[in-house]
Amino acid sequence: MRLTTEEEAMLAGKEGPAAAKAMEILFALGEIYGAEQLVPVVSVQVAGVSYGNLGQAGLDFLCEWADQGARVVVPATLNPAGMDLEAWQEMGIPEDYARRQLEIIGAYQAMGVTINCSCTPYLAGNVPEFGQHVAWSESSAVSYANSVLGARTNREGGPSALAAAITGRTPAYGLHLERNRQAGLVVEVNCRLTSAADYSALGYIVGQMATDKAPYFRFNSGPQPGLDELKALGAAMAASGAVALYHVEGVTPEARSRDVLAGGAAIVAIESAEEGYRALDGTSQAVDLVWIGCPHASLAEIEHAADQLHGRHLEAELWVTTAREVLRAARTKGLTDRIEACGGRVVADACLIGAPLGEMGIGAVATNSSKAAFYLRNHSHLQVRFGTLAQCIEAALKGKWPV
Amino acid sequence: MKLRGRVIRKGYAQGEALVSHQPIGFFGGVDPETGVIVESGHELEGESVSRRILVFPTGKGSTVGSYTLYRLHRKGLAPAGIINSQSEAVVAVGAIIAEIPMVDCIDISRLETGDTVSIEDNTVEVTPRGAAR
Repeated sequence: MRLTTEEEAMLAGKEGPAAAKAMEILFALGEIYGAEQLVPVVSVQVAGVSYGNLGQAGLDFLCEWADQGARVVVPATLNPAGMDLEAWQEMGIPEDYARRQLEIIGAYQAMGVTINCSCTPYLAGNVPEFGQHVAWSESSAVSYANSVLGARTNREGGPSALAAAITGRTPAYGLHLERNRQAGLVVEVNCRLTSAADYSALGYIVGQMATDKAPYFRFNSGPQPGLDELKALGAAMAASGAVALYHVEGVTPEARSRDVLAGGAAIVAIESAEEGYRALDGTSQAVDLVWIGCPHASLAEIEHAADQLHGRHLEAELWVTTAREVLRAARTKGLTDRIEACGGRVVADACLIGAPLGEMGIGAVATNSSKAAFYLRNHSHLQVRFGTLAQCIEAALKGKWPV
Repeated sequence: MKLRGRVIRKGYAQGEALVSHQPIGFFGGVDPETGVIVESGHELEGESVSRRILVFPTGKGSTVGSYTLYRLHRKGLAPAGIINSQSEAVVAVGAIIAEIPMVDCIDISRLETGDTVSIEDNTVEVTPRGAAR
């Protein structure tokens, strides 16, 4: 890999030890993955925020890097934390956890990172344009940036994304190069999908089939997916597989701008999304918590949840997770009041994967997201129900999964 | 015996080789407090990576694994050096932030647990176990 004079100087420590370390990380990754150069990035999304996932090791490292003078030079936003940074006490988060979580946020703040903790930065002001290079982590956001926005990013880890923010650059390999953005698997969807959960279930199935190929969808029955459906589809494929890019015929921007289908692409037909539900839905009758907002809910999704409650009193906890900026909009629109009046909660900043749910007495969770179901079961070891928003709201009202 | 590879993190290290034929995932696979490999069923389960020259084909698993190497470094329990056949991002980033000399593109079939190994930038020198020095 070739570096410019300026990049060489950075690597040699002319801009301090923190920038040198960042450049060392990017140079090593560029060498490993066969990049020829670094490219400038317009924004960064940093993973490694929740104390539950990062632990003391990550906290120590971030503090050291910040102390060495690490400062971001392009706009950078954060992944969700393990709690609402303002309303953590109302969530029942243990104080010791909260203190360490706030220390992590403090280290990022010292580096100049925007404290906007969300897996949907694109719903909260960090919106790259078609063809722009970015360095994003968070698999669902990576998928959305590449597929729905047509921006270009690899799937970064926390330190490599932060290194990109500190230098303003990322190694040009993988999905930064047009030749690697062709689809290798055509997915003919012949069934009618009627909810975001259906797209999430479909994504779970296709993610497992895709291996290292970018899927190319044709929705042959019913309306084409909107932004919320694409968000659900991409998040699911990134969780069950490693899909960082997909195309939808006639819908996503790259598929509309050029021929993205690789010669000799394999073809699969999907006749039902049922298998995706079956793979993740458990058997628990009792439901302690209903979680909507994985990835973080859009304003429209918060409104759907509020509408389905019809002001009725909830038996189980209902948490809708979202970006803080979207929470503010929901509050202005009166949506949070409507949800809170029923006993539910709209939570900003947080992801419940990495939140101390077990310590908070939660045993069984219902969700309309296959990604949430997958991680709650395999990472948090909780009882999980996976169904549509309507089923989830029903479960919140009754405290048990509808038959 | 001298082998040449590619520098992932420059520096000098020496120690006793600990060789795995399976990939190593640091997040969940190695205890960050003790340096002991805890992945159930791993061929090196129960072995400590601390102060050894850790030799394995490649890394695997969550990107949070980079921080496990950093934690071990802070506690003085990190591997002295790392040798891979083909590096990937998690371990490479971990070696850089934990300041562990690391080299890849090495034919690791030529190393065995117990060999005395030194790494200097891209060069690996191996003294087989039991050989006269």
